[in-house]
Amino acid sequence: MSEYIGIVYALLGAAAAVFLAGAGSSMGVGIAGQAAAGVISEDPSKFAKVLILQLLPGTQGIYGLLVGFIVLSKIGLLGGSMAEVSVQTGLLILAACLPIGIVGLVSGKYQGKAAAGAIGVVAKKPEQFGKAMLFPAMVETYAILALLITILVVSAIQV
Amino acid sequence: MAIMQMQKVSICALKKDRKAILEKIQSMGIMEITPVLEDEEGLEKLNTASSRAVFEKRAQVADQALDVLDLYVPEKKSMLSSLEGKALIDRESYEKLLEDKGKILEKAGKLVSMNKEIAEKRSTILKLENQIEAITPWLSLDIPMNFEGTSRTAVLIGTISGALTLDQVYAVLAEQAPEVDAVDVSVVSADKDVAYIAAICLKNEAQEVENALRTGGFARLSVKSRDIPSVYKQKLEEKIEKLNKEISETEAKIAEYAAARSEFRQVSDYFRVRAEKYEVLGTLPQSKKTFLLGGFVPAKVVPALEKEIGERFDCTLDVEDVKEDEEAPVLLKNNKVSQAVEGVLDSYGLPAKGDVDPTGIMSIFYIIFFGMMLSDAAYGLIISVVCFVLLKKYPRMSRGMYKNLSLFMYCGISTIVWGVLFGGYFGDVVTVIARVFFEKDVVIPALWFVPLNDPMKLLIFAMIFGLIHLFTGLGIKGYMLLRDKAYLDFFCDVVLWVFLLAGLLIMLIPSAIFASIIGTQLVFPAAVNMLGKVLAIIGAIGILFMSGRSSKNFALRLGLGAYDLYNITGWLSDVLSYSRLLALGLATGVIASVVNQMGSMGGKSVFGAILFIIVFIFGHIFSMAINMLGAYVHTNRLQFVEFFGKFYSGGGKEFEPFHSDTKYVDIKEETYL
Repeated sequence: MSEYIGIVYALLGAAAAVFLAGAGSSMGVGIAGQAAAGVISEDPSKFAKVLILQLLPGTQGIYGLLVGFIVLSKIGLLGGSMAEVSVQTGLLILAACLPIGIVGLVSGKYQGKAAAGAIGVVAKKPEQFGKAMLFPAMVETYAILALLITILVVSAIQV
Repeated sequence: MAIMQMQKVSICALKKDRKAILEKIQSMGIMEITPVLEDEEGLEKLNTASSRAVFEKRAQVADQALDVLDLYVPEKKSMLSSLEGKALIDRESYEKLLEDKGKILEKAGKLVSMNKEIAEKRSTILKLENQIEAITPWLSLDIPMNFEGTSRTAVLIGTISGALTLDQVYAVLAEQAPEVDAVDVSVVSADKDVAYIAAICLKNEAQEVENALRTGGFARLSVKSRDIPSVYKQKLEEKIEKLNKEISETEAKIAEYAAARSEFRQVSDYFRVRAEKYEVLGTLPQSKKTFLLGGFVPAKVVPALEKEIGERFDCTLDVEDVKEDEEAPVLLKNNKVSQAVEGVLDSYGLPAKGDVDPTGIMSIFYIIFFGMMLSDAAYGLIISVVCFVLLKKYPRMSRGMYKNLSLFMYCGISTIVWGVLFGGYFGDVVTVIARVFFEKDVVIPALWFVPLNDPMKLLIFAMIFGLIHLFTGLGIKGYMLLRDKAYLDFFCDVVLWVFLLAGLLIMLIPSAIFASIIGTQLVFPAAVNMLGKVLAIIGAIGILFMSGRSSKNFALRLGLGAYDLYNITGWLSDVLSYSRLLALGLATGVIASVVNQMGSMGGKSVFGAILFIIVFIFGHIFSMAINMLGAYVHTNRLQFVEFFGKFYSGGGKEFEPFHSDTKYVDIKEETYL
């Protein structure tokens, strides 16, 4: 039994990355979606613009998925032959997954709020789309930084 | 890459020529009319509001007629028809058509009134249908609905609330009017709220019976008709049928007008353009015989204006340079590739007075960064081919759309290059297909290296690209300061920073931290190390003492300098921000391989192949869309925040020439710009 503990920790890391970042994105996309739907009820022609803004907080979930995938292929769960993962290595992977998980959760939600604000800008001044798009993109920076650290660490861990 | 030089042109001409001159300027579309400020006596403005309203109304009628046509005979449109742009019409056929503009407007008016007619008939039908519904419960009644009775008897027809049975009705009567003895009640029908009844009684007792029934909630039938209900219903239905027939006849008539669509469009545009002309006319100061007109014209086309207006009409035409304190509207002139990013620049803000036009330099970085973030040769190929085909197929699409699509085309080409360098073709699709379906091991080698195998290397390169980008921005700031002859500012705000940053870089590169990141220890000769230290110290001290130079108070000056020195963290975060080049590039590769992995789960079989194809198509469309969005947003961000932050303010006003602002058609004109 104990030889599987390492794999369990690694999987836990992948799960944390996927579900925390995914949860953040779903909150964010949900918040932005409400605002977008309100705009469409007034002016359907702005659909494309508000849709883009709504999608912006969706990237955290994808980063989470990405990390999950890298971890799974690292421990050989996808290829069929499971690698032997020591408890130490498993914990290392779990720790490496935390940045994107936690930052994804928080930044996803707040990027959603910023996106809702940007959608409000587009509703009133559609020509300011370029500037409005920047505010949610600012929040995303931190998710990208977290993703970077996670990827760098995960790919540096030897299995 | 340049902002076009503007000149101010003022024209003073005879009043009799004013419409001809305005028309000519409008069709040339090269002059932004500005209000002439002279508020001198003897100059008045013409009130054109009423004639403008007339023209606008006419344009509206044609628009409404087009709406009616769209409602009844919709045009077949492909999904991409919005890219088609306005139809091009040559001036002769346009003018020929306009000779009949009265008739065309009449036709449009007819269409509008026919539509109104149909709407009225529809509402009548609705009313009739309501009536039918109201008499439906009475259908089994076989006397006329307004039947009052014979010479001795009276008939009361109506509803009574509550679904009363016959016995219950009699009970009500017995209770409320016990003295009445001759009453015959029949219940025609009943539903859950009301009973429909007919009561016959003696005429002299009718009042009492009615009163008695009223207390039970009786109300007389409101439909007054000499017919019995079933006949009445039939008559109503006939009426509806007749109306429906009329409606379809009118609709057929409307359909006959479908061919007049393009006429309506041209006429609508004609009146729209005229209304605009009158709007401008209303702003021009006029004396008894002359009028004044002024505005900005790009210097390049001033000779053309002089030729078309100055030589043809009796007028004086003054050309002067834009004054120092005046802000001229901005018109950008760039080569074909750089033009593509004008839309992006526009969404941030056009160059304000004193800014340089960053379009040219920005376009290079934009295209490189976009490609690096998407970095998949197959995606790049799809994007560039799709954009290329659209550009060729719909050359008349709107200018903004044209620029955006060509931008994506160039970005697509750059994506192909980066994809080949990094070995991404739909992620690792070739490897996956070879492994799952042919059991072979095939890998398309990356021309440079695979980012996922060596992310640190790419991170370093991303930051190097970032440094180049940022220093370019700082360089442009330096250029602007030199151009304005602000040499002290140039030295303090640019040169000192370059010293400091370059010095710090030289000190950083041989350090242990950096060595552990790139994996090898770089060693500089001692002289270079010394130089780095000296540069950094000069830069830091210079900034500390010089940044607050506008302040007289020495302590405050040092404080401001220290605060400015703190900006070094700003530079650090700016450089780190370029790590998104790596992160988004990795994201594309990994998402694409997730898609391939999912597709290959069916294994080597017919079912597996079908599954693979389906997952491949939908998965990669999704992956491409989401990664393009990411690449677009973050390339913009790198330009707007990191690059523009170094030198660009924006906020210029766009050049908006007085031109024929049509909605449906473009009239072929000589282009001057």
